[in-house]
Amino acid sequence: MKIAVCISHVPDTATKINIAKDEKTIDPNGVTYIINPYDEFAVEEALKMKEKFGGDSEVIAISVGGDNNKETIRKALAMGVDRGILLKDENFRDSFGIAKALSDEIKIQGCTLVFFGKQSVDYDNAITGQLTASMLGYSCIAVVVNLKIDGDKIIAEREIEGGKEVVEAKLPAVITAQKGLNEPRYASLKGIMAAKKKIIEEKQAASFESLTEVIRLKKPAPKKPGRILGTDSSVVPELVKLLHEEAKVI
Amino acid sequence: MAKTILAVLEQRENKLKKSAYEVVTTAVSLSKQLNLNAKAVVIGNDIGNLDEIVKYGMGDITHFKNGDLANYSSTAYTDIVTGFVKEIEAEYILFSDTAFGKDLAPRVAAKLNAGCLIDCVHLEVSDGNLVATRPVYAGKALMELKPKSEIKVITIRPNVFKAHSSENNVITNIVTKEVTSPDLSTRVIEFKKSEGKLDVAEADIIVSGGRGLKDPENFKLIEDLAEALGAAVGASRAVVDAGWRSHREQVGQTGKTVSPSLYIACGISGAIQHLAGMSSSKYIVAINKDKDAPIFSIADYGIAGDVFEILPKLTEEIKKIKT
Repeated sequence: MKIAVCISHVPDTATKINIAKDEKTIDPNGVTYIINPYDEFAVEEALKMKEKFGGDSEVIAISVGGDNNKETIRKALAMGVDRGILLKDENFRDSFGIAKALSDEIKIQGCTLVFFGKQSVDYDNAITGQLTASMLGYSCIAVVVNLKIDGDKIIAEREIEGGKEVVEAKLPAVITAQKGLNEPRYASLKGIMAAKKKIIEEKQAASFESLTEVIRLKKPAPKKPGRILGTDSSVVPELVKLLHEEAKVI
Repeated sequence: MAKTILAVLEQRENKLKKSAYEVVTTAVSLSKQLNLNAKAVVIGNDIGNLDEIVKYGMGDITHFKNGDLANYSSTAYTDIVTGFVKEIEAEYILFSDTAFGKDLAPRVAAKLNAGCLIDCVHLEVSDGNLVATRPVYAGKALMELKPKSEIKVITIRPNVFKAHSSENNVITNIVTKEVTSPDLSTRVIEFKKSEGKLDVAEADIIVSGGRGLKDPENFKLIEDLAEALGAAVGASRAVVDAGWRSHREQVGQTGKTVSPSLYIACGISGAIQHLAGMSSSKYIVAINKDKDAPIFSIADYGIAGDVFEILPKLTEEIKKIKT
């Protein structure tokens, strides 16, 4: 089975975000980029499925973006992914544009099982997996915390408000991974060495005009500093009074 | 003829969700600003509280009904909504950004080649055009964007756009359409409710605990306060990674982004990725030993003291005003 795992290259969650002069992008100075945290669960699950299906199964990591995305592809290769594809586009494209590039490539590669992280922690849309699945005509189960595939039948649990939905679907399929799906493996030294020899193919991403346009990026209005009422439980009655009478939230 | 804005409503276990009223209110409001007809659609079997919609000023509701559609089926629901959008020539399709809305909206968008404005916290009409504001980088920045496509798909963050009942009594026309042989190839076969507790994504009040609790057993203090307030229990990434609490409760950039009316952070210092996930809460209370902890920089009210001393007293005081 050919398995694709679609990954993105995002600012570390511990990083501060500053807006660039163009007011449409972030200032990359001082920002550390990492593999999108949810994509690590996607990579792990793809590798587990490769082990499960065996034979000549193969896992391909695909990423859309600039040259720097190769670092993130390399990380996936070090975890055990067989080869990588970078769909090059230095310009901004919306989720639709990314899904278009990915779905075209997945078709070319003939992957019948595709993994995504449930969302990228940059633009936080959490829709690229579903869009890609629709473009491919594949089943899609999003925000998955438990996955079983038997023949072409899929039973997955996905997280929703107040519980889990058990979803039934068939291959070919797109699965988006939520934290809790598995415990991503660490790249071993051997894996890191092996990754250096693995191939990252570079291609121009299929051209696409975004269906949305960014007007600007801005920082949220700073919250007014509040007040420290005291240092022990003697101020609790005052706090409760403020919440009840001033804030009116209890 | 004016075009249409279509509100897609969510039901679970045969009842409309609270988010459905938020979507209806927002659709009605946008319809006035953009000079559109407002319609609503809901898919499911028998829906107990459909009449409630009347209060929110929505005059036109279509209910697609089938015994097999009580539970969500992404394939069937996508077909139905997409077909209905084409039939009524809707230009805007509005969802709540819940697990349901987030799942269905992009599928519908893909079929209709519609641009997606996802998880919006503000919608504004300027010169007759819609401008959406949405948090990015888990709220560390805000993005303003506009759609360029003919059909637009929008999801609104729950709890942000409040539902308002309308003063004007609209006459609501509820049309029921039976659905025959829906495509159930992807469908929910079971809903496993998590035991009893409120979900942080839906709660109006959240009490969260962090490393400062020192031991998983001390979360009892958080649970007691949450119970007194009718609140959900949240957790910082540190305690989730340490295995003290389930990931379901994690608030922050790799957990849930929340906007409750009241967020009480206990023993949480306020790592940037935690602050990103909760700083849009309406009121924030911080209880932490370290008066220099970053959490105090965004808290409305703080107590720089010992959680073990303060929490029982707070629970007791809350119980007093609740009775």
